[in-house]
Amino acid sequence: MMEILNLEAQKQAFLKTTQAFRRSLPILLGVLMLLTLANTLIPKRLYGQIFTGNKLIDPFIGAVVGSVSGGNPLTSYIIGGELRYEGVSMLAITAFILAWVTVGLIQLPAEALMLGKRFAIVRNAISFCTAIVIAVFTVLTLGMV
Amino acid sequence: MIGRVTEKVGVSGVFLFSVVVAYVIVGFVDFESFRSALPMLGRFVVRIFPVLVVVFGVMFVTNLFFEGKSIVTFLEKGSGLRGWIVAISGGIISSGPIYMWYPLLGDLKERGMKNSLIAAFLYNRAIKIPLLPMMIYYFGWHFTVALSIYMVIFSIVNGVLVQRLTQGGRVQ
Repeated sequence: MMEILNLEAQKQAFLKTTQAFRRSLPILLGVLMLLTLANTLIPKRLYGQIFTGNKLIDPFIGAVVGSVSGGNPLTSYIIGGELRYEGVSMLAITAFILAWVTVGLIQLPAEALMLGKRFAIVRNAISFCTAIVIAVFTVLTLGMV
Repeated sequence: MIGRVTEKVGVSGVFLFSVVVAYVIVGFVDFESFRSALPMLGRFVVRIFPVLVVVFGVMFVTNLFFEGKSIVTFLEKGSGLRGWIVAISGGIISSGPIYMWYPLLGDLKERGMKNSLIAAFLYNRAIKIPLLPMMIYYFGWHFTVALSIYMVIFSIVNGVLVQRLTQGGRVQ
């Protein structure tokens, strides 16, 4: 508790934090710019056009599309809601929503730079697979097939 | 040549420069998209700024109170159930975009935080408590509860697999 009263300790902690932040800021700004660009270039109506109606292929397509998309998860719920209205299977929509929030191809370079290349690739690959597995479990549990 | 540039500005600088080049290319190819991207970027930066302040604050506090390795006793090899609980609950309650938390996690990883717990933290970032009402509105109560439970369970599976495939060690 004495640490907080120690001005030197506060200064050291502040300097250390600032240094770590200075290293990370160009990466964070780059990711932000990439996400903005992806949001601008990928029209929302495109999402509904790429599903095939095939119950086996659509979850995979959902996970792929969710992985390459990014931004606020709320957008994925809204798109998911629209896809449901268009008759896309809940299996595909669930995989899409999950991949949107757990897999990040756009932020992969940033994750690799800050947490390690191997870690970033392995984590995203596993998250991609689990998005499909969880979608299957959820839909089966609720009898939504 | 590329090696010298990387040495001078760092990999992060090269990354940012590449993104700026991508913007310039889009500006030439599709000026309308380029023009609509800029105000959107401004709005993103404004929205994300408070999260950055929170992350900075958390990093400052961990650097101030948990000098050296002490904080990592909660998160390193052998941290057991306590480590999982800290990582899962931390992931659920943390706010803002996932990538804003990379600097803090990178810092903790350097101090010994296990890959399994980093992966579990990141996976649980997908459970957004403030957005749950929206998910309920679109997909219903049952779907939201079932999905959230499966996500917590699979965050552990995810963490275990990431640990095995990256650090090779047994997960404790």
